[in-house]
Formats: sequence, C-alpha cells, structure tokens
Amino acid sequence: MSYTVSFRLGSRNGSNRMDDRHKQRQVPHFPGISAPTGARLLSALSFLILLSSVLLAPSFAQDWVRTGSGLGVEKARLAVPDFKPASADPQNAALLKTFNDTFWNDLDNSGVVELVSKSFYPLQVPGQPAEVTSNLWSAPPPNAAMLAFGNLGVAGGKVTVQGWLYDVKNTASPQILGKQYTDVPTDDATRLIAHKFADEIIFRLGGGIPGIAESKLYFVSDRSGHKEVWAMDYDGSNQHQITHQGSISLSPRISPDGSRLAFSSLTKSGWDILMFSLDLNRLISFPRFGGTNLSPAWSADGTSLAFSSSRSGDSQIYVCDASGNNLRRITAGKGPDVSPVWNRKTGAQVAFVSGSTGLPQVYTMEADGTNQQRMTDQGYAVSPGWSPNGQFLTLAWIRKYGPGEPGSSDIYLMDIASKQWVQLTHDGGRNDFPSWAPDGRHIVFQSSRSGKEEIWMMLADGTKLHQLTFTGRNTQPNWSWK
Amino acid sequence: MKRNNVKNIDLKPQTLKTLATVTALGAVLMLGACHKKAAPPPPPPPPPAASPTAAISVSPDTIQPGQSATLTWQTSNATDVSIDGIGAVQPSGSQSVNPTDSTTYHLVAKGSGGTQEASTRLTVTQPPPPTQAATPSPTDEDLFGRNVQDVYFDYDKSNIRGDQQTSVQGDAQFLNQHPNISFTIEGHCDDRGSTEYNLALGDQRASSVKSALTGAGVNASRIKTISYGKEKPFCLEDNEACWQQNRRGHFVYQK
Repeated sequence: MSYTVSFRLGSRNGSNRMDDRHKQRQVPHFPGISAPTGARLLSALSFLILLSSVLLAPSFAQDWVRTGSGLGVEKARLAVPDFKPASADPQNAALLKTFNDTFWNDLDNSGVVELVSKSFYPLQVPGQPAEVTSNLWSAPPPNAAMLAFGNLGVAGGKVTVQGWLYDVKNTASPQILGKQYTDVPTDDATRLIAHKFADEIIFRLGGGIPGIAESKLYFVSDRSGHKEVWAMDYDGSNQHQITHQGSISLSPRISPDGSRLAFSSLTKSGWDILMFSLDLNRLISFPRFGGTNLSPAWSADGTSLAFSSSRSGDSQIYVCDASGNNLRRITAGKGPDVSPVWNRKTGAQVAFVSGSTGLPQVYTMEADGTNQQRMTDQGYAVSPGWSPNGQFLTLAWIRKYGPGEPGSSDIYLMDIASKQWVQLTHDGGRNDFPSWAPDGRHIVFQSSRSGKEEIWMMLADGTKLHQLTFTGRNTQPNWSWK
Repeated sequence: MKRNNVKNIDLKPQTLKTLATVTALGAVLMLGACHKKAAPPPPPPPPPAASPTAAISVSPDTIQPGQSATLTWQTSNATDVSIDGIGAVQPSGSQSVNPTDSTTYHLVAKGSGGTQEASTRLTVTQPPPPTQAATPSPTDEDLFGRNVQDVYFDYDKSNIRGDQQTSVQGDAQFLNQHPNISFTIEGHCDDRGSTEYNLALGDQRASSVKSALTGAGVNASRIKTISYGKEKPFCLEDNEACWQQNRRGHFVYQK
C-alpha cells in the first residue's frame, strides 16, 4: 500500500499556512486513514489546497480497501456488539469483559474502521450466525456496513471464542470471516484472542496491512527509581521492567525479529551501547567502543546497527554489524551528529540529527555517508523516525527556537521527496521521540502535555490521541517491527 | 505461587492462651495440695544496744583546682561523729569543700553500741593545657573545590566564551601547580531540548574544557570526561538563570 500524499502545506519557501502560533487545529488529509468530517473538513479545506476531485468518493464498500489510489474515503462503519456468553460458567463474566474491552479498543484505535456507537444497536444482539438479522444493522439508526459478533465460553478448563465478521449489506452471502480460538481461561490469553481476531478484521478491511494489536512498545521509565528500559503491549497493558542496570539507561531499540534490545547506558566506562537478549533475559556481549555512545538504530534486515559515538573526538554516526564488529564511521563533518534511523523500506539511507550549523537539524544521507541532504530549514529539529513505506519522516520540531522564543516542541510529518511537512500535535507541552507503528498508520511519542513526560499514541494524521502510561516519567518509546 | 494440597491446622492465638491458663491453674492446684502447716516459734530474746552506722560521699568526685564539691554524710546510733580535716560534725549533714589537692575524707562515728568508720575520696585533677588554635592543613580535595571553577556555556554552544576565559586560566594554573590531582569534567545541558542531542552536546562541552586545559599544559592523562546531557540538572526552575546554571562543564575531584 502506498500513500499518495497530495498536499501543499508548509513549504520550504516559507509560505507557511500552518502557522503554529495561532495553534489552529489543522487536520491533514491522508488518503486511506480518515477524511475529516463536518466542520473540521470545512476548516481544513479553507487552509489546504488539495486535489479536490479526489475528496469525495461515491461508495466505500470496495474503494477504501484500495487505499493507494489517492481516494479520500470514509472509513467503513463497523458495529461491534458485546460478545455473548456461550455457557453458564461463572468464569465467563470476567473473561467476557476483558475480551469485549480489548476487542473494542483494538478496532476503535485501528484507523481503518469507524465503530458505530452502542447506543444505536438493536436490543437483541447476536452471538451466532442464526441470530443475525442483517437489515436491523444496515438500516438506520446503526447504518452499519459491517458487523462483528460472536460468543465466549469457558468449558473443560479452556476458553473458546467464536467470532464472525459480516457484510450486512450483502444478505445473500454476508460472511467475510468466521474464526474460533481456544486457550487457557486466563485474562492474558483472552486479551491475546481479542488482539488476534481484531487484527484479522483490520487486515481484511485495511487493505491487506497486518494490524498492530499484538505489537509491543519499548520505552524508558524512571518509576523504579532509575531510568530503565520497560516494555508494554501496544495498548498500554502489561507494562513491565526489562533492564535492571541501576544507572541511566536510554534510547531502547528493538531488533526487527524482536529478540534483542539495543540501548545506551551509563556504565563505569561511560555511555555504552548495550545489547539485551529477550530470549535469554540478560545482557549479551557487545563491544565497548570508547567515548560517548548513543542512540542505536537497527536496519530493517537486522544485520546492521547505526549509532552515534564520540570515540574519535566529537559525536559522529557509525555503523557496525549486529554483533558490533566491522565498525565504520559514515559522517565526518563538524558534529555533534546523533539519533540515526534507517530507511525501513530500502535499508539504503539513514536520517540523522546534526548540530553542524548551530541548532540541531535533520538530514538524510546514503548508508555510506554520501549525499547528505538537509531536510529542515530552521528552528530545533531532532528525533527523526522513518515510515514503514519509506516515504515519510516524523520528527520533533520547534520551528521557532531560541532564548526567549515561545514555541513548544511538536511532532511533525515530512514528505521526504518534497520536504513538505505537516504539524501533527498542537496542544502544547513538549512532544518528542515519535516512533512509527509497523502498519504505518500509528505514531507513538512522548509528551509532557499532562504535566509530566508520558507515552502517547495517535494516528498518523494526528487524531485519536490517547495516553498509554501514567506512573512515573516515561519517555523514548520504540515500536516493535511486527 | 505453588499450590499444594497439604491440609494444615492453624494454632490460633485464642487456643494457645486457653492452653496456657489451664496449665497454670493446674500447677497452682497441684501446689496447694502439697502445702503443710509448720509448728509455732519460741519467744525472742531481749535486743542488745544498736551499733552505729556511717556513710559518706562526695559529689562530684572529681574537680579542678578552685572548684568545690559537696560532702554528704549520714550516721545513726552515734553520739560522737567527726571527719578528719574538718573536726566534729553533726550526726548527718553536708558541707562544701574545695581542697587544692586530692583528699580522702575519713569519718568516725562512736556510740554506746560501738564505732563505725566510712571514707570517700575527692580527686583534684590538673587542668588540661590550653589548646593551640590549630589550623589543620587543607587537603588537595579542599583546595580543588575552592580553586577550580566550573565553566559556563551559551545556549546550544560548546565553545569557551570570553567571560569564562579567566575561570579556565585560573583552573589551568591551579592544576599545573598540583600535578598529582586527577579529575573528571562533566558536561551538562539545560532541560530544554532533546535527551539524545543534549548528551552529545554535553560531551562536546566536556571535551571543550578538556582541550582548553591541555592547551594550557595540563596533562590529558589526568582528565576524564563524561556527558550527563540534561539527566542530572543542578536546578529545576524554568527560567534563564537556572538554565544558565545547568549549561556547564563541572569539575569533580578524583579521589
């Protein structure tokens, strides 16, 4: 799937229609994610110059699956009544609640469907195909295009979930999906079943891109008394501590295969890149390079690491293989250079931050260090993230920066080819360290908007913002690759 | 937590108390059963004349010359009581004494029942010699702390600015005079800006100060550098005064 981004916003010539000093809520139009509706559409139109002919699509049942066509489409309306109990087992109630909450949440946050409010549902909800009356769902008030329903029951020491996805406008053959899952009757297993079924639906309805309901986030938390690396499910559940260095540990980056975590930690010899094996649940050996070593980044094929090191003077970008051998420096100019990130699609370019011209700016270059291109034109720009489709960078940017200048740090989206950008966060606070989800639809980042640094998530168009962490200070989130 | 099918009985505190009481009652009943009555005693003989008692103490028991102490004595069944060095005294009483040397006070109490003696010792110590106004020699660490100034930086900069040159020169001079001292330079940043970039900037600041010192003759082998970025601020306020405090190269004596 490719995004056809056709927008003319803050261009490099400075004709900036997205003046963040006025803090207007500008919702950019990204085909395949969402179309602003109602009043927001009007206000967006008055500021954006788009190819207006593609804004309105006649029908959506098939079109919005082809999200690469540049069509601005409404998301499919999906009704998700609570799954019903399949048996009279007393364990059903608690597990059903876990399932229903998790399932609803996964679909609601997916960015590919619009969930019909439960207040519009008919009184009788189905738990089995025989109980479905399609026209009750396709007609007003629900006005749904799709229906997800099913049942959950505990029997014989196992929990079984049956789930269906129906096209309620197709009364002849409505079934799109029918699945059955079985596992031990625990909360964790039930959450996993909900994630799996939600991902099936999202995969089907989202243009063939896998859902993220089973993905993980790695981040830094100080709630244990020291900054350590922690992990959690993508929806904020199951937060748990990974490292126990008892020092300051920063910048966790999970390997593409999910088995190893690279991070930077203050050891007796200074700041070192350390490698933690999640399979073995301990540090594994990795060379000490000398100097200050920061911000490791994995290439998409898992064979290389880029990072910043001051081992030869000031901080430059280095590349080594996954075991720390074959070290080579790829930047040579005036530093400090830091925060490299690979092109996830090609593995052939690296974006990074350099203070060579004064305040830090974001650059791209080939993986051998040639052809450096400056991407940002002013202000203070850091923390680049590369989108899974290879086309976009996210970054944290204070466009007007300097002593006495107002201006918070916000998350921006930039089209690499044109260097045109869109501001995604607007509501104040310091927003930093954006990281892309593997579906290319979601971004996780750190924000101080609630009063202290926490991890937040949003869709790549800046909508559906919600907070994931609440305890201690939580920073530098990194999304798993699948 | 491992489950086990082992049944166990709790000995609750109530049960234990009851057991103890029952045991005690049982013991008392048993003793009562063994008790026998004794035969009445013969009439006592007439008492003789009582012998005198005597006691003497001094408080405090150690004084310096010129100070006084209180001597206290008590006697009974005595008609003639005297203390050596004082003379005859009341049977019981107290008196202030201030001898120049250590003294043993010896009391004799005589009565119809006999004689009793008691004594106590008052120690007079010589005062300690006057202490000299001692100036302990300062340690290297003290001198380091007093003489080596931190170096402050401009916003997003790591070059040594004009008004910091005197600090740097002064630091170099001291360090050249004390070649046995080793130390660490920490690079710090203010809390605006990003974690990773600030660690790199702090690294530059520490290196910048190190270069200035080695350029002035300080041996590089004495100098370690480390960046703390914005991880260990010196102050937390959100204003320029505090931000400037945090933008520094900070010296730490190496023990």
